[in-house]
Amino acid sequence: MSTKNTYTVSIYTENNVGLLNRISAIFQRRHMNIESINSSKSEIKNVSRITILVKITEDQMKKIIGQIEKQVEVIKAFYHSEEETIYQESCLFKLNSDLLIENDEIQMIINQSKSRVININKDFFVLEKSGSKEEVEELYQILKKHGIMQFVRSGRIAITKEEMKISKMLD
Amino acid sequence: METREKKSKKEEIKTNVTVSGAEAVVKCLLAEGVDILYGYPGGAIMPVYDELYKYKDKLNHVLTRHEQGATHSAQGYARATGKVGVAMATSGPGATNLITGIADAQIDSTPMVCITGQVASHLLGSDAFQETDIVGISTPVTKWNYQITKASEIPEIFAKAFYIARSGRPGPVLIDITKDAQFEQFEFSYEKCTSVRSYKAIPELNIEAVKEAANLINEAKKPFVIWGQGIVLGEAEEEFKEFIEKAGIPSASTLLGLSALPTKHPLHVGMVGMHGNYGPNKLTNECDVLIAVGMRFDDRVTGDLSRYAKQAKVVHFEIDPAEIDKNVKANVAVLGNAKETLKTILPFVKENMHKEWLQEFRDYDATEFDKVIKKDLYPTKEGLTMGEVIKEINKASQGDAIVVTDVGQHQMVACRYAEFNQTKSNITSGGLGTMGFALPAAIGAKMGAPEREVVAVIGDGGYQMTIQELGTILQTKAAVKIVVLNNEFLGMVRQWQQLFFDKRYASTEMTNPDFVAIAKGYHLKANRVTKREELENVVQEMMQSEEAYFLEVCVEKEGNVFPMIATGSSVSEVRLS
Repeated sequence: MSTKNTYTVSIYTENNVGLLNRISAIFQRRHMNIESINSSKSEIKNVSRITILVKITEDQMKKIIGQIEKQVEVIKAFYHSEEETIYQESCLFKLNSDLLIENDEIQMIINQSKSRVININKDFFVLEKSGSKEEVEELYQILKKHGIMQFVRSGRIAITKEEMKISKMLD
Repeated sequence: METREKKSKKEEIKTNVTVSGAEAVVKCLLAEGVDILYGYPGGAIMPVYDELYKYKDKLNHVLTRHEQGATHSAQGYARATGKVGVAMATSGPGATNLITGIADAQIDSTPMVCITGQVASHLLGSDAFQETDIVGISTPVTKWNYQITKASEIPEIFAKAFYIARSGRPGPVLIDITKDAQFEQFEFSYEKCTSVRSYKAIPELNIEAVKEAANLINEAKKPFVIWGQGIVLGEAEEEFKEFIEKAGIPSASTLLGLSALPTKHPLHVGMVGMHGNYGPNKLTNECDVLIAVGMRFDDRVTGDLSRYAKQAKVVHFEIDPAEIDKNVKANVAVLGNAKETLKTILPFVKENMHKEWLQEFRDYDATEFDKVIKKDLYPTKEGLTMGEVIKEINKASQGDAIVVTDVGQHQMVACRYAEFNQTKSNITSGGLGTMGFALPAAIGAKMGAPEREVVAVIGDGGYQMTIQELGTILQTKAAVKIVVLNNEFLGMVRQWQQLFFDKRYASTEMTNPDFVAIAKGYHLKANRVTKREELENVVQEMMQSEEAYFLEVCVEKEGNVFPMIATGSSVSEVRLS
């Protein structure tokens, strides 16, 4: 019960101003750190989906879900372990364009890491990579040696293996 | 709560007239059956006040002397009536002054709607005069909140606000309205809210859980009920009484549950918690089935959780799913409104008596009487005790008064000794422990229940936190009886300093003003008692007064409240001295 695990929290909500604040406050109040947070539309019209990554115990997780679901504008909240979800993170690297011309390694790195160049000009190019946190981290370590001008990583987005019974609830 | 919702489902007010947002606010309040609200005007809410002026025959606005007072009055009104209390303030400091009352209402599940004015929408975020992000600030302490920037939003948001505040587990809602939205004209029509798709007011009743709970209760040899405010909020007093009477279960109250069952009921075994009674605290750790009804296992109730009722199977009747397993794991959780769940379980519960078990409580009562109560209520030493004052109030009120308490020693003493014949008679700040609560809350309670006697029992510390509300009493002639138990100390903190900090009385001794002179300054009848022989007569005189009355009782300076469960101790370790 007391071991901390990584959980993906999926929250289906009405799309309202201030709700993200209300939800993040639930974690903040309990002195819990949010590893990542993402808000987007969901598969249901006018319903948002917030995805939060946290490292806490399962007991804490259950209580947090109760507190989240208690919020008036939350339709349903779920939590899932790593094994129960298929997840991705996305990241962008801004790199010096000279690298493409002068460094043979770079082309190989791009191919091997299954990343892609999404923008290029004479000064810099932008490399995009989606994958697990570990894959993103690995690419970061490799590119670091060549100099990274800018780096940004998205929050986790995740799809659960089990069915979300949310659509039925709204009928 | 929900039944009332259904009845009013057809009450749609469709008048389709063009009005300003400010007038719409008043119309919404009237449509929700509001006839009184508490507040304080200021720049950003002035258009609404202008409409209140026009509607003053229909809607009574009580000017408090501080916005905090407005919230506590609204709370007192709500707690005495079961209806939604309404408070209003302007933007900026007016709004931030509401926060303590809102937080209090949130933690004590009090239905309240707060309305704040806000700077015009084009000024939002510009650090305009008296601009504050009250929606951001109030988010963690409200059940729901919303900022209105268009007049056309007003009817729907108000309907939703009242529905959310009163339904399910009640709580405070804040609506912030920009000044331009108050001026804007629009076509008004009002429809009551009866559901919000993302919000389930009352969880579905699971009949299997009810049967399982009944089985545990029927098989129990030493069942013990702890009830909380859920009985009062759910108006389940009768159902609760039938349930415990049929099953013959000794039952104790939490601080906020008091008065849901008459004090003299034969199965009423007192109050649990830090300063609760000896028997119910001790026997929590000896019962075999613990039945919690509409209570949330607050830390002041449980003491050390790792040594709380570990021997018992726990049945938890609760409206809020988030409370299940939050502090104490339930073997069976019966979700739902207590009124419905108790009604449902009744036929499954076997008639029973637990005479010997009940006697165990009574034996502990005798010990508590010898060691604590006798000294409190029938003191022989010099120096008035808080307990004997409450005893005199009981004598004069015959247990029919609403007793409003503040926070501290006097609160624990009053809640331990006050007698209650009817429900909604105990109004106190439980969860938040807000000093300054009682005086304004008593004003609201008296206005909500004018036919009832309302006695505010307050310490000298808390009294001075909202003493300005004497002005509200002067202006409204609210006939509240105010009893200040003056020990010239912040007594509860002093007690802890004595017990746990080697009597280092850091900042707890108070040099007090002449309270009687202050009350007289507000043209109130006022009196002071310093001697035991004067007490009975003066209390009688106070209770017989048709108008407000202030009574200061100078009590012993260093009296302590017992029984007591020290922080970190188990309920079994409840001490009598």
